[in-house]
Amino acid sequence: MARLVAVGFGGPAGLAAYASIVTEPRYFRSLVSTVVLATAVTGLTLVIATIAGVFLQRNVFPGRSVLVAMLTFPLAFPGVVVGFMVIMLAGRQGLIGDVTRLLTGEKLVFAYSMAGLLTGYLYFSIPRVLLTVMAAAEKLDRRLEEAARSLGASPWQVVRDVIVPGLTPAFLSAGAICFATAMGAFGTAFTLATEIEVLPMTIYTEFTLRANIVVAAALSTILGGITWVALALARTAAGSSVAASA
Amino acid sequence: MPHRGRGFWAQLAFTVLVAAFLIVPVVMSITAGVTANFFQGVKSGLTTRWIGEVWRLYRDTIVLSMTIALATLIVDLAVGVPAAYVLARWRGWLTRLVEEALVLPIAVPGLATALALILTYGTWREFRTSLLFILVGHVLFTLPFMVRAVLAVLSSIDLPTLEEGARSLGASFPQRFFGVVLPNVRSGILAGALMVVTLSIGEFNMTWMLHTPLTKTLPVGLADSYASMRLEIGSAYTVMFFFMIIPLLIGIQLAARPRKVSAVRDEAA
Repeated sequence: MARLVAVGFGGPAGLAAYASIVTEPRYFRSLVSTVVLATAVTGLTLVIATIAGVFLQRNVFPGRSVLVAMLTFPLAFPGVVVGFMVIMLAGRQGLIGDVTRLLTGEKLVFAYSMAGLLTGYLYFSIPRVLLTVMAAAEKLDRRLEEAARSLGASPWQVVRDVIVPGLTPAFLSAGAICFATAMGAFGTAFTLATEIEVLPMTIYTEFTLRANIVVAAALSTILGGITWVALALARTAAGSSVAASA
Repeated sequence: MPHRGRGFWAQLAFTVLVAAFLIVPVVMSITAGVTANFFQGVKSGLTTRWIGEVWRLYRDTIVLSMTIALATLIVDLAVGVPAAYVLARWRGWLTRLVEEALVLPIAVPGLATALALILTYGTWREFRTSLLFILVGHVLFTLPFMVRAVLAVLSSIDLPTLEEGARSLGASFPQRFFGVVLPNVRSGILAGALMVVTLSIGEFNMTWMLHTPLTKTLPVGLADSYASMRLEIGSAYTVMFFFMIIPLLIGIQLAARPRKVSAVRDEAA
């Protein structure tokens, strides 16, 4: 298996068109916007998933398991389906369009833009990160929070100084995987629009429409390299737990 | 019941909102899939026409996806389980290196793997146009998940002692492997198998590059229907996809549960 991967990667690694990625503004712009997008998605997802995840882990109430099931259901959706979900929400016949038309008289449609892409990436990132955060929150020592509280810490201080540091390893590992997935997500971008320039789309257009195989290979290698470095960095920072979750 | 302040309700509202963000489009697409005309809304009447249409147009993709998922599973079982055993049994720099390589399917985007496969084997025409090409891609992508699932269970049990016990009673290697090792990792194999099938059925990024007009899988068909069919057909197709993966997802949850219990027990001991 490892050998097959190595053989497969002998292909693009042997080719060199890397200079063009920096010199050609279109490729470089695509690279930058993908990294920015993936970073934004990772940050937002971590915040959302932490609030929801810690809450779900800490409180027992009727309907909790239904909520957890709802929040993790999209885990197995392929990117194309996620893209379709965004169209359902924010597309031309989407819910947000209908609601905003009722409220303001103007239809808000953003599925086919960068905002739509961001929505889609959030859609598939939240369930993954949520599971990791919940698992990590389960292992937090609640006595530390009690101690902080009894020493007069405000709820916000408890969150900032006790809960967040305790969850940092989970943030690193989940964040790195989230970032890696967002960098390489192709199906969502493919469904939403072909004119958004994110790296996987650029690779696809270069390869199929322009038959520019060399550039496509170089871009793929860069893409794989960035995600690999992100994962490796998180793993060194967080210990060996990163590899365990998908 | 603990005291529930404003914080509780605020967080609950937030969590419900996030859940709604994830689930509302699912409900909408299920509705759209059985609505006569989605643009006019549910009042235009309910119909199974779109489901039928999807079945007529895309039946092949569904059958093909199931075939590939099953074939992938068989290969993964045949290769992944022994591989996990080797990794668990012999610890060294080489096995650690292989374990490192197991993170690759997450690190390397499917698109890049597909490209690598095409560049390496694309000129071999019979292979390129056969189902086998997609199968290889799927196996590359899913095998690590199988290995890791089995490895997780293998490293939580005391394998050397069990094997030594069997050997001292005169069990041969095949007897030990099939009689001792496999029954002990059943839960890992099950979890890995469900994961592999789910991943294979939903794989798009790689398959889109690898497929040919004759080898279209379900997600490829989905992308096709989103791009060129009316919204209702895309929705109905998506609904069929949901019904295919829901049993698998429930299975994954159930398979994961007993292992969680035993992990807790280990910590307590």
